[in-house]
Amino acid sequence: MSEPTTTPTPNDEIEAVAEADVDQSASQPSNSKRFFASGFGRSIGLILALVVLVIVGAVTAGENFMNTDNLLVILRYASVIGVVSIGMTFVITAGGIDLSVGSVLGLASVVASLGAIQTAASGFWPLMVFVAIAVGVIAGLLNGLIIAYGKVVAFMATLAMLVAARGLAELISQRQTQVVDNTGFLNFFRSDFLGISWVVWIFALVAVLGWLLLNRTTFGRRTVAIGGNSTAARLAGVKVRRHTVYLYMLCGATAGVAATMLLSRTTAGTSTHGQLYELDAIAAVVVGGTLLIGGRGTIGGTVLGVLLFATLTNVFTQNNLSTSVQLVAKGIIIVVAVLLQQRFANRESSNT
Amino acid sequence: MIKDDQQKSLLEVTALTKSFGSARALKGVDFDVRAGEVHCVLGQNGAGKSTLIKVLAGAHQPDSGEIQWNGDVVTISDPIAAIELGIATMYQELDVVDGLTIAENIFLGHEKARGGFTNRRETAQATRDLMKRLGHADLSPNREVGTLSAANKQIVAMARALSHDVKLMIMDEPSAVLDSEEVNNLFRVVEELKSQGIAIVYISHRLEEITRIGDRISVIKDGASTASGLPVEGTSTKKLISLMTGTDLDHVFPPPVPLAPNAPVVLEVSDLSAHGTFSDVNFDLRAGEIIGLAGLVGSGRSEILEAIYGERKPSSGTVKIGGEALKLGSVSAAVDADMGLSPEERKSQGLMLEEPIYRNATLSTFTRFAKGPFLDEQAERAATEEQMKALELRPAEPNRITRTLSGGNQQKIMLARWLIHGTKVLLLDEPTRGVDVGARMEIYALIRKLAAAGTAIVVVSSEIEEVLGLADRVLVIADGRVIAEKPATEITEHGVLDLVMKGSAA
Repeated sequence: MSEPTTTPTPNDEIEAVAEADVDQSASQPSNSKRFFASGFGRSIGLILALVVLVIVGAVTAGENFMNTDNLLVILRYASVIGVVSIGMTFVITAGGIDLSVGSVLGLASVVASLGAIQTAASGFWPLMVFVAIAVGVIAGLLNGLIIAYGKVVAFMATLAMLVAARGLAELISQRQTQVVDNTGFLNFFRSDFLGISWVVWIFALVAVLGWLLLNRTTFGRRTVAIGGNSTAARLAGVKVRRHTVYLYMLCGATAGVAATMLLSRTTAGTSTHGQLYELDAIAAVVVGGTLLIGGRGTIGGTVLGVLLFATLTNVFTQNNLSTSVQLVAKGIIIVVAVLLQQRFANRESSNT
Repeated sequence: MIKDDQQKSLLEVTALTKSFGSARALKGVDFDVRAGEVHCVLGQNGAGKSTLIKVLAGAHQPDSGEIQWNGDVVTISDPIAAIELGIATMYQELDVVDGLTIAENIFLGHEKARGGFTNRRETAQATRDLMKRLGHADLSPNREVGTLSAANKQIVAMARALSHDVKLMIMDEPSAVLDSEEVNNLFRVVEELKSQGIAIVYISHRLEEITRIGDRISVIKDGASTASGLPVEGTSTKKLISLMTGTDLDHVFPPPVPLAPNAPVVLEVSDLSAHGTFSDVNFDLRAGEIIGLAGLVGSGRSEILEAIYGERKPSSGTVKIGGEALKLGSVSAAVDADMGLSPEERKSQGLMLEEPIYRNATLSTFTRFAKGPFLDEQAERAATEEQMKALELRPAEPNRITRTLSGGNQQKIMLARWLIHGTKVLLLDEPTRGVDVGARMEIYALIRKLAAAGTAIVVVSSEIEEVLGLADRVLVIADGRVIAEKPATEITEHGVLDLVMKGSAA
């Protein structure tokens, strides 16, 4: 996996140091308690959960689970929702939400797989990718403008986009499945690099770039500042509205990237692609440790959250358990993760 | 320890201690409250006032010590037990429900009902009686609480306390959210309650209020009582400050520095108006000068500041910085033109509380430290640490989480932000709100030092004394108009209030 997901980031270390200071000034809990309250400590919890899940998989499904091919299956499965979740991490870190990513993904898949586009892309297949991303960016631009300048709450603005984009996708595709026959496109996505599918590499690349953007750039700082206190950011001179638009465009772009990945996996574009992906993405982001109210975001946590759910699905499939049971287990994981998150939040605020 | 015992006490607290982990919040607090008195509890932020209130309200259990109620030793195991004894607490953050009516709020949890149906008429009548008792018969029981001012919400919270059989009411900094007119009304209500035999524990750090309404005073410093039951009469402000801070302070405000005769004009505000809020505001501000805007809440003083800063779009007029006209209605244009604002509500408008100090200090400058799109956090931390040292913000740990700092230190971070920015015009809205006495004087000295270094400063404060003490020149504002402009040395607090009254009447 990408490097930042498995090692503590410098940023996490800072958080750990800072929180240790808080503890000293108020009370002196044990070292372990302090450690688990830190950003890295929270990721450790996710890693442990993942390890437990892998052990369960190994015990119950044995060889079928513990082999390289299956591992790659899990990663490929995780990649599409993973890319969407990276974009979602930015929006949620800034205190927003984007419910439209699933529909926008569907719309992008339909537009990119239109006969005319595929023909135009016959000599240059990346055109399909650009088209899909462009669809996502335009949808995100609309979301952002309505939220930032129209002052509509993000939940409602993106809910409207969720409905409208799905409808538009149905109109454009006339509810038909559009088969992808652009050979250049299919050949690329079917090929491997170092034995690992390009789909997985794309996820890794998006995750690494996302991590850099959030933790190392002024763009990331603005994002965290707006989520932490948007009034303070505005009064300090940060162009909050403009940045909000950029954030939804970024999130739309990741939906577009995910659309091309899904196109290659299913070799078809349809308006039903991406249904309920918004909920999977939000779940992965929040379980990963990003605060739903904004102000704190972790790309590493999001990647772990995505892997956790992907592995869970795989373990259940390997054991021939119904998807219904799987949904129940997923629900429980979400609640437990959020309960843990809240306990940390309470503990921190009671220190003041 | 100074003590004074003559009369039988309603509540008597002896040697109360309370620790959270290794932090000892209360290290031995003694005080007693008599029926029908206003007993003020003074202390700086972090002295343990909040913990004391929470122990009396049943929200915390003391580690040791004794609480006597009417001569009997009692245990206040939870908030319900406190209410049953007759102790009501009015917290600083009012716990009223905005979406409910006044009547519904007052009887929340003990509705006048029969078989699950509320008796609306009876409730309304009981509410009217309570509001009358509080001198607010004008407020209809059916009015939604969300539409009320902070002052009236406070009245509702008090009425709710009175709807139980209350013998002792604890008020935690009730004046913090009120302007001077509202404070006068609060005091009338307090007097009224007192005459009905209710004892009041009044928590505050505003000394002038205490001398106005208090009967006796207890002082807490670092979790321990330094004075208990001092009579208000005959106790000097100076003595109270020394009991609170442990130091003797002679003068609160730093002496003004004479303005250089050739100091350039940096801020020019001409004919600035906004429909319905203020009109025709004109003033010039020179480098190194401090100008104060004095006026009541609602006079338009904060709105003028917001318009200058671009947070609010004026309908006409110009603002020039260094001779250049500023794009109106744009905060980022103002910041780029080297203007800075420390907003009224520091916590909700100024700071990211969960973030490290340095990220708050560099919130307006992090792009400047960055190399292209990439942050240089090392440089940000270094710059912050330098400012923290200059502002005597200890410990100088830029990585500390901002929430853990006191109000005074949080205010210093706001100053650090604009010092790092190198701002030429600094707008300070309520620079010492929620800042305790000791830190206040430090902030005053820093503001004066900034001005001496050439920064032009505009100060807005609801405390007229603060405006007069800090500013070189004062603009008196009433009903959105500047009604007088005078050197601060030529006007008194009374003079300002007189002008305001006349200005409003005219």
